[in-house]
Amino acid sequence: MIDAINDALDIMLDRDPNVVVMGEDVGYFGGVFRCTAGLQEKHGKTRVFDTPISECGIIGVAVGMGAYGLRPVPEIQFADYIYPGLDQLISEAARLRYRSAAEYIAPMTVRSPFGGGIFGGQTHSQSPEAIFSHVSGLKTVIPSNPYDAKGLLIASIEDNDPVIFFEPKRIYNGPFNGYYDKPVEPWKKHAQSIVPEGHYRVELGKARKVTEGDELTVLAYGTMVHVAEAVCAAKGVNAEILDLRTIVPLDIEAIEASVKKTGRCLIVHEATRTSGFGAELSALVTERCFYHLEAAVERVTGFDTPYPHSLEWAYFPGPVRIGEAIDKILSE
Amino acid sequence: MADRPDQAQQGQNKPTLQLHVPEPSYRPGDAVDFGHLTIPEAGAQPRPDEGCEASETNPLATDLIRVLGDDNLPHGPWDPKLDADTLREMLHHMAMVRAFDERMFRGQRQGKTSFYMKCTGEEATSISAAMALASDDMVFPSYRQQGILIARGYPLTEMINQIYSNSADKLKGRQLPIMYSSREKSFFSISGNLATQTPQAVGWAMASAIKGDSRIAATWVGEGSTAEGDFHAACTFAAVYNAPVILNVVNNQWAISSFSGFAGGERTSFAARAVGYGIAGLRVDGNDPLAVYAAERWAANRARSNAGPTLIEHFTYRAEGHSTSDDPSGYRSAQEREEWPLGDPVMRLKDHLIALGEWDEDRQKSLDEDCATEVKKATKEAEKNGILGHGLHHPFRTMFEDVFEELPWHLKEQSAQAIRERETKFPEGLSE
Repeated sequence: MIDAINDALDIMLDRDPNVVVMGEDVGYFGGVFRCTAGLQEKHGKTRVFDTPISECGIIGVAVGMGAYGLRPVPEIQFADYIYPGLDQLISEAARLRYRSAAEYIAPMTVRSPFGGGIFGGQTHSQSPEAIFSHVSGLKTVIPSNPYDAKGLLIASIEDNDPVIFFEPKRIYNGPFNGYYDKPVEPWKKHAQSIVPEGHYRVELGKARKVTEGDELTVLAYGTMVHVAEAVCAAKGVNAEILDLRTIVPLDIEAIEASVKKTGRCLIVHEATRTSGFGAELSALVTERCFYHLEAAVERVTGFDTPYPHSLEWAYFPGPVRIGEAIDKILSE
Repeated sequence: MADRPDQAQQGQNKPTLQLHVPEPSYRPGDAVDFGHLTIPEAGAQPRPDEGCEASETNPLATDLIRVLGDDNLPHGPWDPKLDADTLREMLHHMAMVRAFDERMFRGQRQGKTSFYMKCTGEEATSISAAMALASDDMVFPSYRQQGILIARGYPLTEMINQIYSNSADKLKGRQLPIMYSSREKSFFSISGNLATQTPQAVGWAMASAIKGDSRIAATWVGEGSTAEGDFHAACTFAAVYNAPVILNVVNNQWAISSFSGFAGGERTSFAARAVGYGIAGLRVDGNDPLAVYAAERWAANRARSNAGPTLIEHFTYRAEGHSTSDDPSGYRSAQEREEWPLGDPVMRLKDHLIALGEWDEDRQKSLDEDCATEVKKATKEAEKNGILGHGLHHPFRTMFEDVFEELPWHLKEQSAQAIRERETKFPEGLSE
């Protein structure tokens, strides 16, 4: 997935002279996760450069660059550190088109590694997507595999709205199915790791059907797509798993069609439960599919605590928690 | 013995520690004496080369650059040597802003709009500064630089349409009054969130440099807002990338009810902060239109020649309340305005032109009358498009437009709901 992201950035730097990539350690060093490796050398220091350690500064100058006419792709090293930039994202980037009646826009893509499962503790594991889905004017994208990561990132950079692009760092090097005690496979054995050369887009706002099924609909994104898939396979449940890919805008049509078919819906995310994005999904499914539901909509999420270090696998919404929820839904 | 606390004395500081909470010198009812302010002689300040090392400006960051003396004539190396026509144009813009502020303030009191903010006493900090920039240099103002729009010839009627949120408001009634935006005039969309425009200006300037452009950026922020983290980010990024940007700090002494001491103004000047960032720093008499022009011009030339950013502190006084929602008699002495030692920028420019033999009181009187008439005419024109409270002005669907470039499904649904509600809420009928 790292290579796919690097490839997407490389292609966009080549195609559009207004694309600039910036962030802490992204330049000469190539990023702490290697996502920008080699880009500065190839495209030059004024297109790919290091920044001071200042998230409000990184996002703030990106808004100004967007107003000039550039298409900045700032990186926030960990999603846990995006908060100093929130005022610039929420009050400025998200509102600029609206408040200026489209005189000024913020065509920027904020990339940031997110999610847990890596013993990252409290400040290298968070999933703050619900904060952004609550802000009108921001799009939020979360890929789950290399093919989507490249196509979605290219689509995000080309989009004229500000996009928060969260990269689940647990699956940077290979899919993770939640069975933390088993060896992890690298991406090359995975079908979605085949990444075409050159430019292609994965449209924002479109979910991907991971598996076709009729017993149960599972709504997930990021790392949890792989976990849900593994649990359903292990339990022999004929589930229809939707990888949402973007949570704003949301593919409501795909969700409605699937839940109306299966009559059951399970929502899975790593983020904490209360006011998490699962609450929005649950409400939407209940509102729009009420007469088709045969069981209450269930949410499997992280607990409402800060992300712990040593108790990571007790916290992570893995196979046991998902399995229990599936049993409950199917028993109703 | 190492220099470290004696364990036996821990918790026994003598004297006990005290928290210093700043207090302004004068509260309501107090007699005012600004004698403690150091006001140097006009013309006494050196003018270093525009391409100098930032550190060479350090003495100027705590000094006060002044051009107009008590004799109303220019003095010293900072005299921008403007011709009489330019000076009259500057005076005209200032008189216009003052007339505009007066009428809009009255308009708010008459219920034609919800809110207004005057810039009385600070006209030079926007008008003289704007005149020193090229018209396509990008400005990132705060809410008190309406003078820039006027200096750049933005139509008064458009400004009033925005203030009235009427059917001709280009911002479609979405923004609070005075939060203007004009791409055509290279005037960035004003935000309610303080100091956010400062790193944005730096980013715009960086973009201009990335593209090898020749345009520079300038931003304005009040002294109170310099306490925001964004201002620190702006200064850091400006210095790191040597961005072609001017950071104007309008020190008008007051941030609503808080005096400048709460922004850190008790111990040092605001311009002195430039020193720590490695940015050129100038502190100017913000009520001296010639000094403001000269400093802005110096900084613009510096930026344009890739010599780097400049922080200019405009030392001035907020003569009126913070906004139409504020009554300054609740926290400061009414005498402050009268006693302010740097006078009034409009009067100083007028007196200068008179001293040059290029102006007289009669012409000033007719200028003021002409400005009042022009503002009145623009107001009448704008009122044809409605005022706030007389109708909702814009089609309901426009509330949902421009959140994104295109409407996603949820906004389409909510737009349909708003239009559905219209029939129940407004049975007398409203268009769209």
